[in-house]
Amino acid sequence: MAIIDGNVNLDNAVLSVATFAPLAGAAVLGLLPKREEFLVKAWALGTSVFTLLCGLYLVLRFNYADAGAPQFERSHTWIDVINSNYHVFMDGLSLPLFLLSMVITTLCIVYSWDHWPEPRNPKAFLMLMLILETGMLGSFVAEDLILFFVFFELVLLPMYFMIGVWGGEHRQYASLKFFLFTLFGSALMILSFLALYFKSGAGGLDPTFDIPMLIERGMSGTLVRSTELLIFGGLFMGFAIKVPMFPFHTWLPDAHTQAPTVGSVILAAVLLKLGTYGFIRIAIPILPSAAREYAPIIAVLATIGIIYGALGCLAQTDMKRLIAFSSVAHMGFVMLGIATLTDYGINAAVFGMVAHGLITGMLFFVAGSVKDRFHTLEIKRLGGLLVQAPKLGWILGFCSMASLGLPGLAGFWGEFPAILSTFNPAEGLSVTLFRTCMVIASIGTVLAAGYLLWLFQRTAFGTPKEEWATTEVHDVQRPEWLAWAPLLAGIVLFGILPGIVFDITDPAVTERVTAAVNARGK
Amino acid sequence: MLLLLASEAGGAAAEGFEAGWLTRHVWLIPLLPVVSFVVTLLFGKRGKGGGAWFGVTLMGIALLLSAGLGVEWLGRGHVGLEEGQPAAVAATYRGTASGDQEHPVAQVIEEAERTGEPKASIPGHGEAGENHGAGGGQGGAEDGDHGEKPEKAEEPKGHALPTGRLSLPTAEAGGEAAGGEHAIEVRPYHEAEAGWFHIGPIEVGFGFHVDGFAVIMLFTVCFISFLVHLFSTEYLRDDRRRTHYFASLGLFTAGMLLMVSSSTGLQLLLGWEIMGLCSFLLIGHWWEESKNSDAALKAFFTTRTGDVGLLVGLSILFFGAGQTFNLAKINQQAITGEIPRTWLVAAAVALFIACIGKSAQFPLHTWLPDAMAGPTPASALIHAATMVVAGVYMVGRFYPVFFSAFRIANNALGFNVIALIGGVTIIIAGLLAFVQQDIKKVLAYSTVSQLGYMVMGLGVGAWTGAIFHLFTHAFFKALLFMGAGSISHACWHSFDLRDFGGLRKHMPKTFVTFMIGTAALMGLPIFAGFWSKDEILLGAWSNGYKGTFFLVGCVGAALTCAYMTRVVYKTFWGEYKGPQTPDAIEHASHATHGHDDAHDEVAEAKAPALVGASAYQEGAKASADPDVQAAAHGTAQSERGPHDDEASHTSDDHGDDPHGDEPLGGYPHESPWPITVPLIVLAVMSVVAGIINAPFFGLQFTHFSAIEPIVAAGVPEPSFSLTVAVISTLGALSGLGLAYAWWFAGARFGLEGLTRRNKLAGAGYRLLEEKYYLDALYERVIVRGIKGPVAGLAYWFNQNILDGVIHGTAWTARRAATFTYDVLDQEVVDGTVNGVGAGATGLGRGFKHMASGKVQQYLAYLIGGAAAGALVIFAITFNRS
Repeated sequence: MAIIDGNVNLDNAVLSVATFAPLAGAAVLGLLPKREEFLVKAWALGTSVFTLLCGLYLVLRFNYADAGAPQFERSHTWIDVINSNYHVFMDGLSLPLFLLSMVITTLCIVYSWDHWPEPRNPKAFLMLMLILETGMLGSFVAEDLILFFVFFELVLLPMYFMIGVWGGEHRQYASLKFFLFTLFGSALMILSFLALYFKSGAGGLDPTFDIPMLIERGMSGTLVRSTELLIFGGLFMGFAIKVPMFPFHTWLPDAHTQAPTVGSVILAAVLLKLGTYGFIRIAIPILPSAAREYAPIIAVLATIGIIYGALGCLAQTDMKRLIAFSSVAHMGFVMLGIATLTDYGINAAVFGMVAHGLITGMLFFVAGSVKDRFHTLEIKRLGGLLVQAPKLGWILGFCSMASLGLPGLAGFWGEFPAILSTFNPAEGLSVTLFRTCMVIASIGTVLAAGYLLWLFQRTAFGTPKEEWATTEVHDVQRPEWLAWAPLLAGIVLFGILPGIVFDITDPAVTERVTAAVNARGK
Repeated sequence: MLLLLASEAGGAAAEGFEAGWLTRHVWLIPLLPVVSFVVTLLFGKRGKGGGAWFGVTLMGIALLLSAGLGVEWLGRGHVGLEEGQPAAVAATYRGTASGDQEHPVAQVIEEAERTGEPKASIPGHGEAGENHGAGGGQGGAEDGDHGEKPEKAEEPKGHALPTGRLSLPTAEAGGEAAGGEHAIEVRPYHEAEAGWFHIGPIEVGFGFHVDGFAVIMLFTVCFISFLVHLFSTEYLRDDRRRTHYFASLGLFTAGMLLMVSSSTGLQLLLGWEIMGLCSFLLIGHWWEESKNSDAALKAFFTTRTGDVGLLVGLSILFFGAGQTFNLAKINQQAITGEIPRTWLVAAAVALFIACIGKSAQFPLHTWLPDAMAGPTPASALIHAATMVVAGVYMVGRFYPVFFSAFRIANNALGFNVIALIGGVTIIIAGLLAFVQQDIKKVLAYSTVSQLGYMVMGLGVGAWTGAIFHLFTHAFFKALLFMGAGSISHACWHSFDLRDFGGLRKHMPKTFVTFMIGTAALMGLPIFAGFWSKDEILLGAWSNGYKGTFFLVGCVGAALTCAYMTRVVYKTFWGEYKGPQTPDAIEHASHATHGHDDAHDEVAEAKAPALVGASAYQEGAKASADPDVQAAAHGTAQSERGPHDDEASHTSDDHGDDPHGDEPLGGYPHESPWPITVPLIVLAVMSVVAGIINAPFFGLQFTHFSAIEPIVAAGVPEPSFSLTVAVISTLGALSGLGLAYAWWFAGARFGLEGLTRRNKLAGAGYRLLEEKYYLDALYERVIVRGIKGPVAGLAYWFNQNILDGVIHGTAWTARRAATFTYDVLDQEVVDGTVNGVGAGATGLGRGFKHMASGKVQQYLAYLIGGAAAGALVIFAITFNRS
């Protein structure tokens, strides 16, 4: 059953343009002479700004009254022989993450303006960043499994090179670990995709990779239980590694610690969300019965992740590695919300993704700036940041507070609704188990306060260590301000008016995710 | 029998029931300090006095608004419920719907729902509730007989029970209640909620709830905060970070105001946590020293530990009450029994844990004394009107939940967990106050103890007493803290009782006001604390806790009198013992740099013990002879220096050199007007605040405390009992008398040096000095345990087990691939498995060019192994179905 082509209009053309503009920009960038550094930077920035403007156009054109419905939809025959189509659209689930990816990439380019990690080479670095952007954007709008897979994998290589070439001391180990871990998950994921494809042909229908069509066909109803569990297992591995969930997270601290600053920012802010997004967009709606069976496992792993990540943080001596470990805990809250399979939980999860993107992105930016100034991130050598660079210090404090889930800042709305939803998971799930998880996860918030405020106390409070007592440290500079101000504003804005995000995500969650769970959950 | 009062539905509000302008614009009050925060933070450094006067002005306006709100509240129409009818009441009047359009958030919801809400909430009441309207008041009251509430039938004696008569408001509401006639006037609350966000079918609102409790809290908070702002203009005049300080004060106040006026639990949580943040900032204001930042972190962690209870409790109530955060709805459903009792109990326990953390109840009280590291006016604010009373407020706000969950009014056990924790806190904190040498720490423990009274009051069903005590305590505790600040301001920023003495001659205004505050805290008749403490004790007496918590309360009163006598004696009588000139303090602080944190005090106490002089503190304390005391103290001085917290901040540290430009040549001196005026105002309030609810003055406080859910829940309201007043006063006077004899008259009863002579007494003293070893348990065992071994183990697991599995898998995959190549590939001419192995090897080689080292190779083989495994899984998948 081929999807009919056509219906090209300005809006859905802009969606595709926005998705591929960075790739095209990267191609042109490749032709520019390496010596013309300003030209290279300006072109890259221009490309990302152009992409962002396309994104803003879409945000303005988006029909918020019907945020659950596909918008700017475009479908075109792509690989006819396997009935795979170029099918993209945007809805309330993709919009926040689509926009987040654009904003983060643009801000990363701004931040990098005169902060090039060794061995410099802005041209190559920016090309990778733009390719990465297309991968991220495409993943959030793809509605065809093969298309999704292509974008999903497109992200992998640029990040591999970014870490492997511009990273820290152990960059080679870290980059390979990142690459292989993700590839391992991807291998299982593509197998599940293929299985879905072949199984969707049951009953004389054309097999399809189309996500909405797979949801519509109610795969849960036609598959044998064990088969469904295996397929979900493959998807689970692919996405859980990307999130990353305990115990598949060990690539993350290494990758983050070794990655250059903007690499860490993109990794934390966007790449991790590909995993959670995959659960919400693909795994749960297509296979809701299996999702129900996996939900307790996911909840338990998420809860372990919350506590384990926090304990991991407490054991760290390196600021960046600590922030990296905190991602394990925070993504634990996101996954806990998802595991409840309820409106509250999944909305909280999407909010948590955006909030984590802003907050942890900022924390990595700050860590990068601290490293620029002190050439170390070892916590015990730092101290008195508030004396030497008060603005930088207070920004660190602000982000710590946001990260530990202070109400009024964005982090809270990913955390508390997730805890709330765990009290009352979807029908049929073990209430006892989930409520136990809820209490343990709440204790995780205390540990979060512990590691973040200890970090803040040891790095920002007190007086500078002798080593740096006479060092002239400059406070936050213009490129830093430009890159950070939108993120900081977003953290406050979303914290005070969570409705901005919830009102967009909620219709999509109810119509596209929990509707499937409720309809075919049993 | 449940009587339901209902008015006719009507579009327009009847006269007297419409919400006044301030009631409808109550959001202005929390907004003002928010503006103060933002403006001070952004422009404060350029403003006069570091932005201080901006905050003072805005808080002044907020205070006026809140006072106006109080007046408006008193003029609000109410339902007069007279004594004599055997029925409880579920007053279901609602505020008017008018004026909500002026709310800043666009979409106003809820009004329609509100009118229909009581209908569902009282099971089986027939028509009675169906036709009441928004703020009606046309005189139509309907009686509904509902016999399904057996507990209600056994209302405790003394409860003023209402009729169903609805009387329209009188301008002078007080008149009705005068003359000992216990009529309960219930004023309808006003609530305006706007949509905040929605998830699924649930709209979560953001709104404001105005009732007597909120009004009185708003007024108290604004009052104290305004005076604290004013006081701080002088006290922190030369502080380097005064702009930050004033900004934090503003946000802190805003958090509390938001919390007390919020209509939903979620907003309550927002205000609650904002205060947590601000207390962190204020306690750690002088963060250069690790002692201060440690205290800030400790406060944040400890309260955050309790907050787990708030998160859990709110979640339970949210689902228990049919997915709403609305406080009024939750309370109503708790009263009607729509929320299952097991849920109520779980929620109540969880919420109470939050109260234990925030309101510094045993065993989580340990952060509060450490929080003295912050500037003194901030301590006054934290202790008097914000932060620590937040827990009490929260329990008071959710009182129907606790009241039903623990069956407070007719409890067969004779105790419940709230009263128990409160009672224990009163005693343990009162005892700890005796061994403190730091005047602020004495006051801190007295706060803990007084909070214990409030919590115990709530536990024994004395709702009005607890809230009234919250109200009066705010004034006299703020007075005492600011008085301590004034003393310290005069004595080179020392807070050490051993540095004071004879100050009544040097600072008469501070002396007189401090004495008034002390009398109020002691609960001496006429002073504020007497009336409020008495109401709590009265509740314990008449609600069946006569033999337990009533006695605890009386013992607590005696303890309070005794430790405050000690403080007053050491501060104002005898001879001044502090340094006279700045040189002296400089010298001292150089000699013993930084010897003033809690650990050093302990070390200090231990060190002399070794040389057999452990009694030097004891001796100093115990001795009535000024010479002996001075001598003992002198020894201590030479070891530790006469400075305290802020003395070590003297000069270059924070630029808050306390007396660089003081006109006084080193003698203790009276403080300037921004300090003394707040003291005088508070001293007046420390008398007046109590009398307003004195029986001969017509129990004016009940105009605020008689709010709908409390009356509806049937919370008893016992009338004044002379017996109770006399017993509690005697208890207090006995403590006062003994302490007076010990300190002023020098009577020793043969107890002097008991801690040296008697092992048990010595051990008891050490137990107090070590604060019951709770700090040791928390800091050295729990926190250090988690930070050290537990976190270390988790990380070790991460690095060695998890990564070990990964590396091991990679190694295995490589061996498998080698085997494949060497054996299978060479001998078997089959392609499939061969391909996988070769592919993996090739992949490994490929990576070798980019990355060197063995681990990388292992990992390269991982993918080969994985791919093979995946193929197997895939094959299985395919063969099934």
